[in-house]
Amino acid sequence: MELAFLTLTELRDALRRGDTTSVEVTQTMLDRIVNVDNDIKSYLSITDEMALEQAAAADARRASGEDKPLLGIPVAVKDIICTQGIETTAGSKILQGFVPPYDAFVVRQLKKAGAVILGKTNTDEFAMGSSTENSAYFTTRNPWNLERVPGGSSGGSAAAVAGCLAFGALGTDTGGSVRQPASFCNLVGLRPTYGRMSRWGVVAFASSLDQVGAFGRTVADCTAIFQVTAGYDRRDSTSINQPVPDYEAALDGSIAGLKVGVPEEYFIEGIQPEVEQAVRAAIDKLAELGAEIHRINLPHTQYALPVYYLIAPAEASANLARYDGVRYGPRVEGQDLLETYKETRALFGPEVKRRIMLGTYALSAGYYEAYYGKALKVRTLIKNDFLRAFEQVDVIAAPTSPTTAFKIGERIDDPLSMYLADIFTLPVNLSATCGLSVPCGFDEAGLPIGLQLIGNTLDEATILNVAYAYEQATGWHKQLAIGHSSLTELHS
Amino acid sequence: MPLSTQDVEKIAILARLKLTSEEKALYQEQLSAVLEYAERLNQLAIEDVPPTASAVSLQNVMRNDIVEPSLAGDDVLYNAPKHALNQFQIKAVLDNE
Repeated sequence: MELAFLTLTELRDALRRGDTTSVEVTQTMLDRIVNVDNDIKSYLSITDEMALEQAAAADARRASGEDKPLLGIPVAVKDIICTQGIETTAGSKILQGFVPPYDAFVVRQLKKAGAVILGKTNTDEFAMGSSTENSAYFTTRNPWNLERVPGGSSGGSAAAVAGCLAFGALGTDTGGSVRQPASFCNLVGLRPTYGRMSRWGVVAFASSLDQVGAFGRTVADCTAIFQVTAGYDRRDSTSINQPVPDYEAALDGSIAGLKVGVPEEYFIEGIQPEVEQAVRAAIDKLAELGAEIHRINLPHTQYALPVYYLIAPAEASANLARYDGVRYGPRVEGQDLLETYKETRALFGPEVKRRIMLGTYALSAGYYEAYYGKALKVRTLIKNDFLRAFEQVDVIAAPTSPTTAFKIGERIDDPLSMYLADIFTLPVNLSATCGLSVPCGFDEAGLPIGLQLIGNTLDEATILNVAYAYEQATGWHKQLAIGHSSLTELHS
Repeated sequence: MPLSTQDVEKIAILARLKLTSEEKALYQEQLSAVLEYAERLNQLAIEDVPPTASAVSLQNVMRNDIVEPSLAGDDVLYNAPKHALNQFQIKAVLDNE
């Protein structure tokens, strides 16, 4: 089998056995990116020289007897996460040319674990979007069907992993931006509990909702990335100071007696019928594997979308005030300082401006209580729904997205229809829970469907293990975009 | 509640955004639609519900006051659009008159 199509854990074994070297596999991936990524467009920048240096260093470390969890394994990083000496744009023209003087905590952790960084992946501008169509640079295509979106905002990371252009990747998830693209691309995507992964060095969008997440082609792959990047960081004051369990060791596939809650509020009108069928079949499979299925209610689910679209833009409008052309990024000079701010901020794209406007309004004098203040109160109700649910069950199972990957251009002119793509993922970000998406089938057009598993605070180990049990019993993850779709002709 | 053109212009000033007349018209319509959608929060009785500003409740996170090296001046200024005398250079904030 070709090197590029190995899973991350298969590659790790191959490297440990000495069947291949990091330099060989890194070069293979870089060649493949040159051949295939013109069509997928998952990467914004390729760090080929640096990657080959890291690979050579990894091989040298291995030759001297060292072993690390990701030693010599090529991965990708979403371009909203700072990388020292590598341009980091957040998909925006306003950060074009910005070269961070430091690595984000999670990038440091990847490097410490021995990973090789192939490049930076495309994202909706400042992670605001569900399709990568809001990237200021280009739209990434779904490897399963090049006319479809890969999901977003971490669509570049998802497409890179699904296209076998990286063995795993980091993304960020503020409203579903890891889980929804994972669902659209037949991947496992984890959004850990807020505070489990450091946000230090991650370009801020909505600070109370942002969280780094991991992509892999399998549960074990995703867990391997999560394992090394999770943990306390004193530079992020919201980082949770609790030990990181051995998540990889906890993947035993045993879920007998586990209580799985099924919230009826997640099976609403408008959901694509094949998605509902696949998710209900997946829940039946969990029962077959010994789990107890319980019907539960999360009564405030329908309010998550309006709450999110008040809180996230409010926080964004404050966070994005820093882009004024003074300290970094391009500056467009005006006749005075105020005009310079305005001219420079004209570099923001339409969705970013829309959210800054919305957030500014929601926070402005006279409207604060009516919008932002109210949203914070309803957030409490949504959080309490989950607290009550987790008194009854261990894990919640639901669809990740109401539909499979939609066509490029289909929703871009209608913000509300685009926002609806996140309707099932937003509640996790608003509460203190964690969530993942795991492949659970395909629709009639051959597009992947994702099962979302939601866990209690810091209980990533349980949802990963349920996903693992399901994955091992079904094998949807074994299907690759390569050889299955429009990518067939690109497979060479 | 639909936004007026004046509302849109006022928000743009607060947000330091320069909008074309097309953008103003578009945002007026789109923001009004989102705000109208948000009206559904009024269905809930929430007077006595406390607000949640963050998923995790942390208070006054402190650290020991240990001096550590920070970024070098050259590194900090590397991304500056304009700098001089080891400082960011901008147009005057207050004019001379």
